[in-house]
Amino acid sequence: MKNVAPSVRDEEQIIASILSGDTEQYHDLIRPYEHSVYRIALSLMKNESDAEDVAQEAFLKAFRNLAAFLGRAKFSTWLISITLNEARGRLRRQSLARMESLDQTPEEGGQVLPALLRDWREVPSEALERKEIREMLREAIVGLSPIYREVVMLREVEELSVEETATALSISVASVKTRLHRARIMLQKTLAPQLKTANPKKRWFQWS
Amino acid sequence: MVIECKHVWDHISGYLDDSLSPETQELIQRHLEHCEICSAILDSTRNILVLTADDRVFELPVGFSDRLHARLAREIAGASGDPFKVSAD
Repeated sequence: MKNVAPSVRDEEQIIASILSGDTEQYHDLIRPYEHSVYRIALSLMKNESDAEDVAQEAFLKAFRNLAAFLGRAKFSTWLISITLNEARGRLRRQSLARMESLDQTPEEGGQVLPALLRDWREVPSEALERKEIREMLREAIVGLSPIYREVVMLREVEELSVEETATALSISVASVKTRLHRARIMLQKTLAPQLKTANPKKRWFQWS
Repeated sequence: MVIECKHVWDHISGYLDDSLSPETQELIQRHLEHCEICSAILDSTRNILVLTADDRVFELPVGFSDRLHARLAREIAGASGDPFKVSAD
């Protein structure tokens, strides 16, 4: 998680106070995770309104089930699992009509090939000030099938370790690595040609 | 030992995570020194992942936090008695 979260110990103390009646502290407990939970929900739900509903439900469920959180995992990992379950449950209900497979689809076989380039000019993070670049990235992530999208969100965006990602998704470390590899190559394949075109030399000059 | 481009691509993710064996790492490193295509693939992948991780890609909607905390406040206020009672072990 990128936002500044209290130490695990502080968090355990806050959780203990909430459980013993100081429920108002729940607001402070979850503040560092609002963005993460929303992002994960959005990456699965694909639209803002559903994502917000899922995020709210996840925080409510975490509150109601706080007593069941016994410090077995990090609070953030537990919260992410709840969010994923909430989003998956909702997608499953929505998808009965759409026929999109949302359960753990088997790993697709064959090698994923990257986009071949002869040179690469770094796209600076300032490029994200441009709406079209942000959209390009969002669409590429959202365009991945769910099993790849989840590992990208947890590992790349939320910066969980491979082990934490495996715990949150209830899959093996080896599966995380395989999916992550394929997802990274897929993103490169989609985005490298698009970003290359969107990154003409002159446009960066005026911003540097 | 020489490694072909398509075998290098299998290790891009491991290379970026610095999780390859020293031998494989060395093999890839030597390949990258003379292969501009694999170098460009690696650089672009790394660059794309940095951009992907940026907070600006998935921004919180305006008012998200206020709405969330308002809803939580209602839930917390409504949770009378012992809200954390676990029904069964």
